[in-house]
Amino acid sequence: MTTTVVETWTEVPLVKFIAQSSARLVVVMTPAGQVLAQHGFTKAVDLMSAAALGAAIMASSGALAQQVGEPGFAALYHAGQRHGIHLAGCETPRGRLIVLTVFGRETSIGLVQVFFDEFVSALKQAAPADQPRQPILAADFEHELNSSLASLFRR
Amino acid sequence: MSDVFQHSLDRISRVRGVQGSMFVAAEDGLAVAQLLMAGVSGKVLAAFAASLARKASGAAAATGAGKVRFVQMQAAGGVLLVALGGELLVAVVADAGVNVGLARLEMIRAVDAAAAL
Repeated sequence: MTTTVVETWTEVPLVKFIAQSSARLVVVMTPAGQVLAQHGFTKAVDLMSAAALGAAIMASSGALAQQVGEPGFAALYHAGQRHGIHLAGCETPRGRLIVLTVFGRETSIGLVQVFFDEFVSALKQAAPADQPRQPILAADFEHELNSSLASLFRR
Repeated sequence: MSDVFQHSLDRISRVRGVQGSMFVAAEDGLAVAQLLMAGVSGKVLAAFAASLARKASGAAAATGAGKVRFVQMQAAGGVLLVALGGELLVAVVADAGVNVGLARLEMIRAVDAAAAL
């Protein structure tokens, strides 16, 4: 399984999280769906679909939370027959990030949650505080996307 | 249902040396009910107890040892005990000097009571 990163500071925390949690697939992304790091994906189209869907789920659940008077939902967990999905946001010095984790029956949601907390702490420590992320403009979107895909899949 | 859990956890906590006990969903590693002393993380205990139970069961199955009923992990600073039932297991963290036999008896009673619900 491959782990690739666009922003290098995410690599060490991500590799440790994967080793500890036994997650099968992980995507670290911005709330806009821009991928910063990934593990387990072999096709760009699969990764981009997962990132877009994960970001959309977080956006819609955030809107739902506001409607019921909550500041937001910390994490979402979907249990499937063979896979579970853990989707959660975290604040870092580089801005808010979303992490999508897909895991199988070799681990459990309890373990994923425990190691996710450690992962968030490691991300906060590793994030360069002096370089806040700039918002991506529509005009730059395609260039940013192609650049990310090139980094992630060595194209 | 929660009364059964609470009653079982109360009985386990009366065993000298027990620092915390909890019912854990075996499949998910999430706490269902817990009675813990300050400083014991229920989230971590639940996740690792379920993981330990799963791995011990896998090892027992691979070696033909049959169904695992009880796991005792002795460490320098204490002991982790896990009693396996059906969907729920009971995890206990205790001092190294705990009376394991008595704790085991109460834990097996607890998983049986939970299984009967």
